[in-house]
Amino acid sequence: MLVYVSRRIVYVIPIVLSVALVCFLLVHITPGDPLVAVLPADASQELAAQLRAAYGFDRPLPVQFGLWLWRALNGDLGNSIATGRPVLTEVIRAVGNTVTLAIAAATIGFSFGLLFGLIAGYFRDTWVDKVATSVAIAGVSLPHYWLGMVLVIIFSVELNWLPAVGAGPNGSGAWVWDWDHLRYLILPAVTTSVIPMGIITRTVRALTGDILSQDFVEALRAKGLRETKVFRHVIKNAAPTALAVMGLQLGYMLGGSILIETVFSWPGSGLLLNSAIFQRDLPLLQGTILVLALFFVILNLLVDIAQAAIDPRIKRS
Amino acid sequence: MSVTPIDVISDAALQAAPVAKARGYWATVGRRIRRDKVSMVCAIILLLIFAAALLAPWLGLADPYQGSMIRRLRHIGAPGYLLGTDELGRDMLARLIYGGRLSLTIGISPVILAFCIGTSLGLVAGYVGGKVNTAIMRTIDVFYAFPSVLLAIAISGALGAGIFNSIVSLTIVFVPQITRVAESVTTGVRNMDFVEAARASGARTFTIMRVHMLGNVLGPIFVYATGLISVSMILAAGLSFLGLGTKPPEPEWGLMLNTLRTAIYVNPWVAALPGAMIFAVSICFNLLSDGMRSAMDIRN
Repeated sequence: MLVYVSRRIVYVIPIVLSVALVCFLLVHITPGDPLVAVLPADASQELAAQLRAAYGFDRPLPVQFGLWLWRALNGDLGNSIATGRPVLTEVIRAVGNTVTLAIAAATIGFSFGLLFGLIAGYFRDTWVDKVATSVAIAGVSLPHYWLGMVLVIIFSVELNWLPAVGAGPNGSGAWVWDWDHLRYLILPAVTTSVIPMGIITRTVRALTGDILSQDFVEALRAKGLRETKVFRHVIKNAAPTALAVMGLQLGYMLGGSILIETVFSWPGSGLLLNSAIFQRDLPLLQGTILVLALFFVILNLLVDIAQAAIDPRIKRS
Repeated sequence: MSVTPIDVISDAALQAAPVAKARGYWATVGRRIRRDKVSMVCAIILLLIFAAALLAPWLGLADPYQGSMIRRLRHIGAPGYLLGTDELGRDMLARLIYGGRLSLTIGISPVILAFCIGTSLGLVAGYVGGKVNTAIMRTIDVFYAFPSVLLAIAISGALGAGIFNSIVSLTIVFVPQITRVAESVTTGVRNMDFVEAARASGARTFTIMRVHMLGNVLGPIFVYATGLISVSMILAAGLSFLGLGTKPPEPEWGLMLNTLRTAIYVNPWVAALPGAMIFAVSICFNLLSDGMRSAMDIRN
């Protein structure tokens, strides 16, 4: 196991470096000067050159990348152009809110996905299966930002039960796990949970169906094992793949929250990314994307390791 | 978060495509698809939406750009405005139908582009193997380190708003996914006897790839790509919704959804209409892709 873990970690290093390179290059595929946002329109050539030197934009690209990477490794992602505050502080505060949202959404989406998937897989081609499959396909086909709007229309505009935007009664203050704050979490969490729910239902349904049609299940039943015991075998065989899919979905929720956070003005990393894009705050854009992508890479690594821990066959391949 | 069609490459679909019986196989697939009611209904809905978008100027609709301050935000079913009017008093029915032109273009073209690029890359990686495979597939891995929504937004955020940039960014998101599928299908077909036979009979590499491989790998990749259109429609409209795609006053479903958001308290259900169009197209492509997949899976 230790060998497997260390091999996986070594394999991740080039990926992390390439991710950093992509994030770094993002700033340099932008049309125009990265300083446009800070420079006044009538700035003199002299001032522009001075600022360019201050931000290090006057050096050759590989040197800039090396310096940026070195500072990033030391936890310095530069300062936001718009607010002047350190990028890392801003990103970490925002990521906390996104994690809250993702955990809530994962709880909803994963439990319903597993439930629907198992039921549909067990009762294949019955009406239960048809209902579960239809819910799942609707889930994966929904533009989630639109679903968010529709839920706001129903529960905030028409029924006036839940708040439409924000993350708490005092604007975007610190998050607390009480009802006053939870009310704000319900709609964004339900909206976020729909796609993972659909994907997990489809995966688990296919897995359960495949496992149930295998010979060993027949053998277990033939030797007189109770259906509850057979069910345990099914779970054990479905777990590694289901886990991998859930890990990936959690990563997508953390990294792809921008649309939902924009709809609900949820003060997370997605909303931060949105403002970084529209204020052309390149250090903030770069830093947020780097942190989110690293999250995703680490999550994938953890999923791989967990998968190998459950299923020893994976280590050997 | 992204929606990725799972378990797309069916082994059976692969194995059921022996070169000698190629015509018989596709005829069978066609027949099975035509018998599938769900797929046919989806195909008809999609055809209607496409036809309406294409023929929009000849349908006798109101001008989708012509607004009026005195008839803003009419309700659905208001006399003369079947689906109401938007926040600038423009006819919603006309805008939804005209909107299909841009929405479908920016939603579907990234998949077509990625299909061409990804299939070529995957075919080369899978057939040539060795160092070429490693170089292509490891580069692809880097893009897999980003959640697809994040990658799309990062690239179009950096490139700036615009239709062309949003198509470019979505193409970059989908190329790795199609390349991976194409590579794994190609690797599977390459080791089959008929390819070996072609090689033994002295066929050149390019000929083998064009004649013997392409026909056998295109099917599964095509099915996968059809499923991706649904994701692409959602993401493309999503980019416009964020303000990174189309610019006003163009009618486009994602952008319409964004501008109508301000009217959500006045006329909520009109504001939700453009999203319903995205949903309809997306679910039809998903169901059609499912139908094709099971039609190609001769096992059942």
